[in-house]
Amino acid sequence: MKLLVCIKQVPDMESKFRIDADGVWYDRGDLAWRMNEYDEYAVEQAVRQKEQAGGDVTVLCIGSDQVKETMKKALAMGCDRGVHIADSHSYMKDPYQIAAMIAEFARDKGFDIIFTGMQSQDRGSGQVGVMLAELLDMAAITTIVDYTYDNGSVVVQRELEGGVKAKVKAALPVLVTCQLGLNTPRYPTLPNIMKAKKKELLTIEAKMLQSTDSMQKTVKMALPEKRVGGLFLEGEPDSIADRLIAILKEKTSVLA
Amino acid sequence: MKALLVAEYRQGKVQESYAELMAFSGILGAESSMFIVADSTVALPRFQGTLYVAEVSRYDEYNPEAHKSLLLDAIAQEKPDMVVFCHSSYGWDLAPRIAVREKAAQISEVIAVEDGKFIVPACNGKLRRTLTGKGLLTVVTIQAGAFSLDNLPDGIPNVVPVVGDYEGMATLLGYEEAKLGGVDLTRAEVIISAGRGVGKPENIVMVEGLAKALKGEYGASRPVVDAEWVTHNRQVGTTGLTVSPKLYVACGISGAVQHLAGMKKSEFVVAINTDRDAPIGEVADVFAVADLKQLLPVLTDKIMAL
Repeated sequence: MKLLVCIKQVPDMESKFRIDADGVWYDRGDLAWRMNEYDEYAVEQAVRQKEQAGGDVTVLCIGSDQVKETMKKALAMGCDRGVHIADSHSYMKDPYQIAAMIAEFARDKGFDIIFTGMQSQDRGSGQVGVMLAELLDMAAITTIVDYTYDNGSVVVQRELEGGVKAKVKAALPVLVTCQLGLNTPRYPTLPNIMKAKKKELLTIEAKMLQSTDSMQKTVKMALPEKRVGGLFLEGEPDSIADRLIAILKEKTSVLA
Repeated sequence: MKALLVAEYRQGKVQESYAELMAFSGILGAESSMFIVADSTVALPRFQGTLYVAEVSRYDEYNPEAHKSLLLDAIAQEKPDMVVFCHSSYGWDLAPRIAVREKAAQISEVIAVEDGKFIVPACNGKLRRTLTGKGLLTVVTIQAGAFSLDNLPDGIPNVVPVVGDYEGMATLLGYEEAKLGGVDLTRAEVIISAGRGVGKPENIVMVEGLAKALKGEYGASRPVVDAEWVTHNRQVGTTGLTVSPKLYVACGISGAVQHLAGMKKSEFVVAINTDRDAPIGEVADVFAVADLKQLLPVLTDKIMAL
């Protein structure tokens, strides 16, 4: 079975973000980078699928050379080979452009199952996975929190609002977008990290792929306005506790 | 400008979120029409305008391929400038398919409109991005709760049936309800919630301790429930409960929009977090910049001693 998992490298969300000089994106310098959280669930599920029914897992990532670090983690988690689409401007590309690049690579490869995260943590658009499936004319099921494979079909649970889940079945080929709660991603072991260094990591220059026009334009990026009236308490825990109790006494009835 | 709004129907009911679509369309000053896959013999959204209806008995509640084709038919008839979805499990599943087929820009999770441009969150709510679509048609999904009307819209729509010989690739087998029972957070006057920042399951007792001292209940954000440190019936947020207590204390919760949607109607919000840039600050009345593991025991002791 041929399996593809698409991952993205994103900044650690605990980072202190600054706006870049152009005012349309965050400053990419001075950030710690990691695998998009939702993509970790995708990698884990792809590797489990391989462990269950056999096959070959390709991990694909778009970005500058630095994304190879994140790809190595996916390889150490159990992916068999990596495809790096080298594009130092990918962060400015919109979801359709990204999906189109992946679709062009994947079109003639005959992947049976494609795994992606449900969204990236930085853009949060939640579009690339579904668009990719649409471009490849394959089924897509989003936001899955449970996954089973049996005899050429997957049965998954989609997470809906209000704690309800929907059970959905689809025959291969299928693309699923993975949500928190699907699985617990494994930690790469040292032997697997060593093994990963020997795995194939193919680089394709983005300019070798057909380019598509962007559909949208980012006018600006900014920090949200802080809520007026929000009060910050800082200092020693003892002093914060006293001030907090005084505020609760004054502003609420819970200590009455 | 014309906006085609995509309403939702689930488990036999029209979802009231269609009012949010109307509110959004109202802000844009757009002329609204609507699309829904529903049971027209039971209930349809009430509003004044054209309503394209496909029958759920034929196309099911979840069948994205068929719903996509039906909606494309409605778009072809209506010729809107914009197709608007809720940023929900139904909307984010269907919208990108429409965007691809229509070669339209999709703008996800809009929280506000400014000079006709759309504002969306980025980086877990830490940043805001302003953007526009380039083509003739723009597909938009709007954040739950970002746009609201005081009352549900009313009126009898002009129903236009949509039919087509469309099959799907995915089959809905059924629904599984959340298991609630025991505690009911929606009735609690005080809720102390634990987020990722609690660090480990043993620290939940600190959160529980403060809840007891304030005669309230303890709750949790999504990651803490997924880690099984707290049961699902205590989860606050889009996929859990929506609460509105007199006091909500968010301990080590960064404030992802999904969590904020579940608690922002609380009367008074206290955030305890080491990261003073955490988006929970947007809804906090008081933000204690502190390690909850140090602050909670001290705070609980002092309240017990009152």
